[in-house]
Amino acid sequence: MTRAKPRIGVVVFPGSNDDRDAAWALSALGGDPVSVWHADEGLPAVDGVVLPGGFSYGDYLRPGSIARFSPAMEAVRAFAADGGLVLGICNGFQILCEAGLLPGVLRRNASLRFVCRDVEVVVERTDTPFTDRCRTGDHLRIPVKHGEGSWFATEELLAELQDRRQILLRYAHGDNPNGSVGEVAGVVNESGNVFGLMPHPEHAIDPLLGSCDGAVLLASFLDGAGRPACAAA
Amino acid sequence: MRATVVVRPKPGILDPQGEAVRDSLSKLGFPVAGARVGRIVELELEASELASARAQVERMCEQLLANPLIESYEIEVETVR
Repeated sequence: MTRAKPRIGVVVFPGSNDDRDAAWALSALGGDPVSVWHADEGLPAVDGVVLPGGFSYGDYLRPGSIARFSPAMEAVRAFAADGGLVLGICNGFQILCEAGLLPGVLRRNASLRFVCRDVEVVVERTDTPFTDRCRTGDHLRIPVKHGEGSWFATEELLAELQDRRQILLRYAHGDNPNGSVGEVAGVVNESGNVFGLMPHPEHAIDPLLGSCDGAVLLASFLDGAGRPACAAA
Repeated sequence: MRATVVVRPKPGILDPQGEAVRDSLSKLGFPVAGARVGRIVELELEASELASARAQVERMCEQLLANPLIESYEIEVETVR
């Protein structure tokens, strides 16, 4: 099932606030985004899913801890289990970690301050559908805006993830905005089809926004979603 | 039944909130050696006996109230009239 334009479901939770920006960016890059309400029991026929940034359920308890039980998330879990591509940005990353679809957890920034600025991230690996338009070692300038983006894993877990090359993005040296262990900015699951990151690629796809570096990540994702092997059955 | 769940950051996990509280306390003239900040969840639940109430709350903690990677929890259950 190949479509001229990869159709991407953007899940909207109560409190999501980057869903429209994500949809706009995907559309600008040649995708066909469709909004999916969190209470929907299933997903429409899509080639990929984005969980956007925001503050689902007011970040109550822990960010993402309540959104993970949304009916749409059940469908996303099944979609991912079938090999579908899922991209979680910021709050979407938090939700994927809470749902156990990605390893680790996002905690309060070490500074206890909300951070809103451009950061530089380094691409660690390019043989994935989320980074294959990059080159290893590329530095991308992409904004972050979060209060709870400090990714944490135990030393053992981090070592395992490094061995399995699941860390796709790290904050450049000296540019870790939140105290994440291992400078981790983005992690992929073991099967390589679910990826989460704290920076917002959808906010860096036009020179007017200060950087185009997010576009390579989203375009990689769209390429991957458009390939039949990754499309939903 | 009433249950009280205390959720704590696990030992060894950096707790920036606790650090900030400790710093503030020392500025106020209370030089405490350490401070850790957790969370309390009070629950009112329907259950006929303590054991089943506790088992229920245990499942709540595993699924939602605590994240086992970074938090530990303690449960107290009591009967209320």
